[in-house]
Amino acid sequence: MDLLSTRKLDAYYGDSQVLFGVDFEIERGEIAALVGANGAGKSTLLKTVCGLLRAPREAVRFAGEPIGGLAPGRIVRRGIALVPEGRRLFPSLSAEENLMMGGYVKRAGPWKLDSVYRLFPRLQQRRAHPAASLSGGEQQMVAIGRALMSNPLLLICDELSLGLAPVVVKEIYQALEQVCRDGVTAVIVEQDVAVAQRVSRRLYCMQEGRITLHGLSSELTRERISRAYFGV
Amino acid sequence: MTAAFTVLRATRASRIGAVAAAVLVLWLSTFPWWADPGWMREFEEMSCYLIFALMWNLLAGYGGMVSIGQQAFVGLGGYALLVLGNHLHVNPFLAVPLAMLATLALAVPVSFIAFRLQGGYFAIGTWVIAEVFRISIANISAVGGGSGTSLTALRGISRSTREAATFWLCLAGATAAVAAVYGFLRSREGLALLALRDSETAAESQGVDVTRTKRAVYLIAAAGAGLAGALYFLGNLRISPDAAFTVNWSAFAIFIVVVGGVGTLEGTLVGVALFYLLNKLFSDYGTWYLVGLGLLAVVVTLKFPAGLWGFVSRRFDLHFFPVHRRLIPPERDRACAT
Amino acid sequence: MLSFLDTLAQGVLLGGLYALFALGQSLLFGVMRLTNTAHGDFIILSAFVAWSLAVMTGSPWLALIVLLPLAFAGGYLLQRLVLNGTIGKDPMRSLVVTFGLAIVIQNVLQQIYTADPRSIDSGGLNTATFQLAEGFSIGALPLLIFAAALALTAGLQLLFDRTDLGRAFRAVSDDREAAELMGLDHRHVYALATGIAFLVVAFAGTLHGMKTTVSATDGPSLLLYAFEAVIIGGMGSFYGTLVGGMLLGVTQDIGFRIDPGWGIWTGHVVFLAALLLRPSGLFPRTR
Repeated sequence: MDLLSTRKLDAYYGDSQVLFGVDFEIERGEIAALVGANGAGKSTLLKTVCGLLRAPREAVRFAGEPIGGLAPGRIVRRGIALVPEGRRLFPSLSAEENLMMGGYVKRAGPWKLDSVYRLFPRLQQRRAHPAASLSGGEQQMVAIGRALMSNPLLLICDELSLGLAPVVVKEIYQALEQVCRDGVTAVIVEQDVAVAQRVSRRLYCMQEGRITLHGLSSELTRERISRAYFGV
Repeated sequence: MTAAFTVLRATRASRIGAVAAAVLVLWLSTFPWWADPGWMREFEEMSCYLIFALMWNLLAGYGGMVSIGQQAFVGLGGYALLVLGNHLHVNPFLAVPLAMLATLALAVPVSFIAFRLQGGYFAIGTWVIAEVFRISIANISAVGGGSGTSLTALRGISRSTREAATFWLCLAGATAAVAAVYGFLRSREGLALLALRDSETAAESQGVDVTRTKRAVYLIAAAGAGLAGALYFLGNLRISPDAAFTVNWSAFAIFIVVVGGVGTLEGTLVGVALFYLLNKLFSDYGTWYLVGLGLLAVVVTLKFPAGLWGFVSRRFDLHFFPVHRRLIPPERDRACAT
Repeated sequence: MLSFLDTLAQGVLLGGLYALFALGQSLLFGVMRLTNTAHGDFIILSAFVAWSLAVMTGSPWLALIVLLPLAFAGGYLLQRLVLNGTIGKDPMRSLVVTFGLAIVIQNVLQQIYTADPRSIDSGGLNTATFQLAEGFSIGALPLLIFAAALALTAGLQLLFDRTDLGRAFRAVSDDREAAELMGLDHRHVYALATGIAFLVVAFAGTLHGMKTTVSATDGPSLLLYAFEAVIIGGMGSFYGTLVGGMLLGVTQDIGFRIDPGWGIWTGHVVFLAALLLRPSGLFPRTR
């Protein structure tokens, strides 16, 4: 059953169109990957889902309800949480305070401070440090933890691996897989196709605001993905 | 395809406007021979507000620096006139442009202090600076202290000569201010300013020296304010620190510019005309009149951010003082494009 | 020596009043980068309302108690209905709108209360003094005002550092969009901030009105003192604002002792000097 779906989704920045009839679906309990080059429209698609960009009401559906055009606050209350590109932690707050901000919306669920610290033990030692003083990997952990604190049904992760060393990326994605085993559905946006293909069950590729390829990650060849990625 | 592009600036409206303006100035200059002295005084007052508002618009609308302390330079201009005329015995009419230059000179060190702040705090900081000048002068008895003093330098001159000369100076000042601002905005420096207003970082990457440009604008605005002050108190014959440095100058400028339309020359002229009309019709209502002005400014800012003129000019695409350039492609390309 | 201590003490206590003026502005600028040029006028407005309430109820303290919820509601609505529309990168909108409000307030007050200065009857508190030594005494009311300033400073700092709301304030100030992603409604949170700021304004106005006379046009001066205290102390810290207020008070007092005509001037000049030497203030927090 679809948890999230978009139907013929168009999106605009001012007068210029950036998404062209995007059809996108994720089933409950799976990890879906969205890949594409810079400017392909991945972040734009995420922004429309999260309410940061306008969309027609029916064009985006979540858990059986249309959510297009709703304010970000309403969308997070329904159970979608975003781990933004570049983390976007609050610099004047400590790591723990950032996590607590994630819980602002007070949705019921298993994710609390304790559970986040169990997932990311390293954060417990750094909890009182200002967010800006953490390493890149730790900041990414805080960003994920912050999103989890709202007990989402769907977790959207924008460019988790950006700026991180491969060993840290591996650690982060292991944690993500753990989170999804515990019942959260996830969409990951990645420039690193190898990682995306390895972690996800279903993969979408975008180019110039359109979906150019989709299918089960296990069935798609690297060659097909490359072609869809670069639009050859 | 190396055909040349034509850069067009004038519009039909602007050509009509230019002729109309010239005619208006010519007509006004005949006033001292036939017009009622009361009208002349009103015109003089309004031309001072116009000059000050033009400068405030240049500073805020184009330079991006909102200031509530420009009255500092109005006061300095007025008192420079006083000192030049009363104490240094310079001909008071000659003293007006000199007072403007003196204000400009004083504005240089002031700018270094003011530029330590930005945005909203810059605005209030400039007010503090104005207060420093006000209190300083109020404590100097040689220039009349807190209660002010008269411009005795004008005593030896006949009434009709004084009235005529003051009027012509105000007319010249207002015309020069409009022409200067218009000319500046059309120049290369003006283009840099427009770019700066839209995006400082982008402008910087194109080679615009942001601080120098902003300081230049600040100094020009200060000089203009000094001119307005000198002219105002020349006509008023009397000066006091409270009148010279009152924040009302900024209040009126804000009203004129914002209601008329920030960032456009026509807007300021519309604003002054509106201000004059409202003044004539309602100033008898005292405090309620001021409440009305304040509310009008609030409502216009919230509902018509481009001001009344901005609203009209966008609806009907009217530009009397065009500062933007339009790019006309060469004939050959235009045919190809269609 | 005693006279020096006396000057210092008076200045510090005066600084408490200036800190009360400044705290509200520090809060608003910290949370939403709003410069409210009508800030001083709102303090005077609350002083006049407190005066009327004191006349009605017979007690300045009862007046304050009635005033506080009114002030909170007033601030909340003002932000929600008017000021929220002015927040943004361009300071022009908030400056012009608050400036317009300042003119409206001053003239409405003048219309209702006339130009006569008024003072809130403090039941003799404004003349009571504690004598600490021969020739050195401090007023009871200034001491009370300083205590209030200290309490409110501590309270605000606690609010910001330890409570959910304070955390929300800091988050929305850091990154409004990211905060929205957490489910925060910035229009509501901003309005709460203004409501709280106006609580402080209510305290400031009432106490100020008890200490001296107020008239309809006093607002702008208070704005400047508040602003100077915030800048000298450093933006982003309430304790910094308190210290800034004290420094301003002491400076003005020293100026007054030298020559009454130059008292306020001294404060302004020290402020400008502080600006030249340390524009980020004494206790800046990373912003």
